[in-house]
Amino acid sequence: MQGAAGSEAGAPPMSEGARRVGEVILAVEGVSLSFGGVKALTNVSFDVREHEVRAIIGPNGAGKSSMLNVINGVYHPQQGKIRYLGREFRDMDSHEVAQSGIARTFQSLALFKGMTVLDNIMAGRNLKMRTNMLLQALRIGPALREELEHREAVERIIDFLEIQAYRKVPVGRLPYGLQKRVDLARALAMEPRMLLLDEPMAGMNMEEKQDMCRFILDVNDQFGTTIVLIEHDMGVVMDISDRVVVLDYGKKIGDGTPGEIRANQAVIDAYLGVSH
Amino acid sequence: MPENLAGLDTFPKLLMHHARVRPQRPAIREKDLGIWQTWTWHRFADEVRAMACGLAEHGFKRGDHLALVGDNRPRIYAAMCAAQCLGGIPVPLYQDAVAAEMAYPIQNASITHAIAEDQEQVDKLLEILPQCASLERIYYDDPRGLRHYGQRQLMGCDALLELGRETFRRDPAFLEAEIAKGSGEDTAAMFFTSGTTGVPKGVVLTHASLIDRARAAAEMEGLGDADVVLAYLPPAWIGQNIFSYAQPFVTGYCICCPESSETVMSDMREIGPTYYFAPPRVLEALLTQVSIRMEDASALKRALYRYFMEVARRTGGALLDGKPVSAADRLLYRLGDLLVYGPLRNVLGMSRVRVAYTAGEAIGPDLFRFYRSIGINLKQLYGSTETSVFVCVQPNGQVKADTVGPAVKGVELSFTPERELLIRSPGLFKEYYKNPAATAEAKDAQGWFHTGDAGYFDADGHVKIIDRVKDVGKLADGSLFAPKYLENKLKFFPYVKEAVAFGHGRDRVCAFINMDMDAVGNWAEKRNLPYAGYVDLASRDEVYALVRDCIEKVNADLAGETELAASQIHRYLILHKQLEADDGELTRTAKVRRRHVGEKYATLVDALYGGARSVHVEAQVRYEDGRTGSISADLKIRDAKTFAPAAAKKAA
Repeated sequence: MQGAAGSEAGAPPMSEGARRVGEVILAVEGVSLSFGGVKALTNVSFDVREHEVRAIIGPNGAGKSSMLNVINGVYHPQQGKIRYLGREFRDMDSHEVAQSGIARTFQSLALFKGMTVLDNIMAGRNLKMRTNMLLQALRIGPALREELEHREAVERIIDFLEIQAYRKVPVGRLPYGLQKRVDLARALAMEPRMLLLDEPMAGMNMEEKQDMCRFILDVNDQFGTTIVLIEHDMGVVMDISDRVVVLDYGKKIGDGTPGEIRANQAVIDAYLGVSH
Repeated sequence: MPENLAGLDTFPKLLMHHARVRPQRPAIREKDLGIWQTWTWHRFADEVRAMACGLAEHGFKRGDHLALVGDNRPRIYAAMCAAQCLGGIPVPLYQDAVAAEMAYPIQNASITHAIAEDQEQVDKLLEILPQCASLERIYYDDPRGLRHYGQRQLMGCDALLELGRETFRRDPAFLEAEIAKGSGEDTAAMFFTSGTTGVPKGVVLTHASLIDRARAAAEMEGLGDADVVLAYLPPAWIGQNIFSYAQPFVTGYCICCPESSETVMSDMREIGPTYYFAPPRVLEALLTQVSIRMEDASALKRALYRYFMEVARRTGGALLDGKPVSAADRLLYRLGDLLVYGPLRNVLGMSRVRVAYTAGEAIGPDLFRFYRSIGINLKQLYGSTETSVFVCVQPNGQVKADTVGPAVKGVELSFTPERELLIRSPGLFKEYYKNPAATAEAKDAQGWFHTGDAGYFDADGHVKIIDRVKDVGKLADGSLFAPKYLENKLKFFPYVKEAVAFGHGRDRVCAFINMDMDAVGNWAEKRNLPYAGYVDLASRDEVYALVRDCIEKVNADLAGETELAASQIHRYLILHKQLEADDGELTRTAKVRRRHVGEKYATLVDALYGGARSVHVEAQVRYEDGRTGSISADLKIRDAKTFAPAAAKKAA
């Protein structure tokens, strides 16, 4: 990942201006979520700026995935609100979320295992398709033209994520690290404005992690996609994020740049434990 | 060839000729976004002109060196020719070399301009920039990930071409004059040898020698502009350069660049090359894949395969050589072609192959015969960077498994009393760059090039190479020890990826074995043998027994050979890791650096000869990103059965 940023090579790191970090596009305000008596999130607030890489970290059970699911519209919080692109939501509907340009990947993969890599990624284009199912089934006229367009977009993603060799392979036959990449590819096929990544590096070996880091940075850089990622591997997060939110037992205990988080006593205590 | 190429003594002149004579014929294809895109000769010439003018605008001039770092891409080849247009010298570097390995060639040739394929290669060049003060310009082909790099040396190829097109419009005569200034005696390219020993040497080759050899072989095989080649080996290797640059330039054939290194197999099936080169290693890997897949096939298919491969072994080679074969066998072979060989050739992407070469290392006779028996005209050739490849080639109908063939037209051969092969040929290199001592050592006053290979002429005048002169040794009792010969025999077994034999000055031969993870892993799965990973699998008793069987078969074989019966392998161990070029154990062309391995694992060698049953090893491994880690393991050492020469003879 260091190689990707070029900083190891004596190159000046990307300048702030070049990264174009913009206005706040997503703000979570005072969100609380509980399942019966279990409090998953308590009064959590943070924001995400356009074009940045924003990480949500925390130990196991800290409420990271719950937070992502709230943004994603899968869970509906009891309190608090979410502002996305100026609009205010009490809770978000997952279909609406997808249409408004938010894509996500899953910690436990949710790919169509029996379908090829190509078809899986094509499925990600679904929202972008305009012709009706009948025309598509017959592959005539505008449907064919449209399929060619989508196929080209998908090929660009395949090229981008370097999975050309697996186009025609059923996803179920690929190793885990590659499946993760296909999952990312499918999310990218939506051409999202914001990408939610749920533990993109979980279960990967060192080399696969580095590849994934490079891809995340490249996506952010090339397409300007805003990225919100959950990860418990601290090293990875500190290297690629612009800002980090730390959750512990459903509460926010830290928020800031990786440098600030590293120096934050509450975070250190949460991760390393405190002696009493 | 009917085409008159007289007077076209440099590659740029040849290019402009093709652009005139066959402007719409394909010159280079590349698969991009899943679709094969074609550069015609016209387009190729166009790109070269623009790039040359752009380079000239940036101060690249006659005698300058241009580093090329990347995989087979149209732009890499265009850059090569662009440099030559200006009288400059392209220096292709191995794209998978680590940054530190690139520093030496750049310093040695005071390289000023470089073309890099993508961000990965740019990063490497930037990393060594502090040691390479001469490097002023780095152009990249694929801009991905490089948008925010602020170095003043960096520029995209697109921008360079833009600049070049403009310059060309302003003054089209400039480039024509530059191309006309070139002559056959000019240096065409410089290749750094992989450096099996010591620092790499820059081999300087002229246009005349490259063109002469490329043409001699093309005429011999009747290559023309309808032929197709898949360019899938590193462009920095002389062989790939001959097949995908020199020969297309003398014949006008088309080369195809695969989409990525992982898609070579499927790209080859799509393209169907007619002219093919593969080092034995690649052929071996293909056969291993076929064998593995056949083991997974249904019982009927396995039986068919076994039966017809036996038929092919009997008749296939003879048919290809035009030797007499009985009508019944002919019919059987025809049937086999329909059921097995044809589909198999298709799977291998070799349905259209007319001429296939293998070289670089001795090839196992069974492996060689396998390809010939299924109707692929695989032949051996002999050559090196210093000789512009073509020294010996087996002519059609005179193909043998254990020779490299007679001299190609124009080449003189001779042997020293120590059996070292000497060569005199119009394709010989001019010199080692800035290294007159090494040049004098390799090329004597009479113009003979000393190859360092040991061999002799067989009864038909074919050259037979047995090993490197310096590696041929003697056991303590004085009998001949040719380690490579043993290793090659071992490596023919699908389970053995690599072998390293020791024995020079010792009383007997012992060996390291590197198992083939794919083949042994598959084998273990079949037997429900659980394992945690490479190290674990390699230490299994079952795997040791599997390898012992291989070794004992080799020993039985050796017992039958009078000169080498003493070289039977007595003890062996299975290494805990793959031998890797990144760890310095293989060369970049994937040959074992035997001496280095012997020194690095001296404790293991001592244990082999010491009689221990196991040995502890701790080794540093270097990951692709340059970090290092360590592996430790307890390796078992086992004995293999050896055979008395006489007994083996009786058994046979």
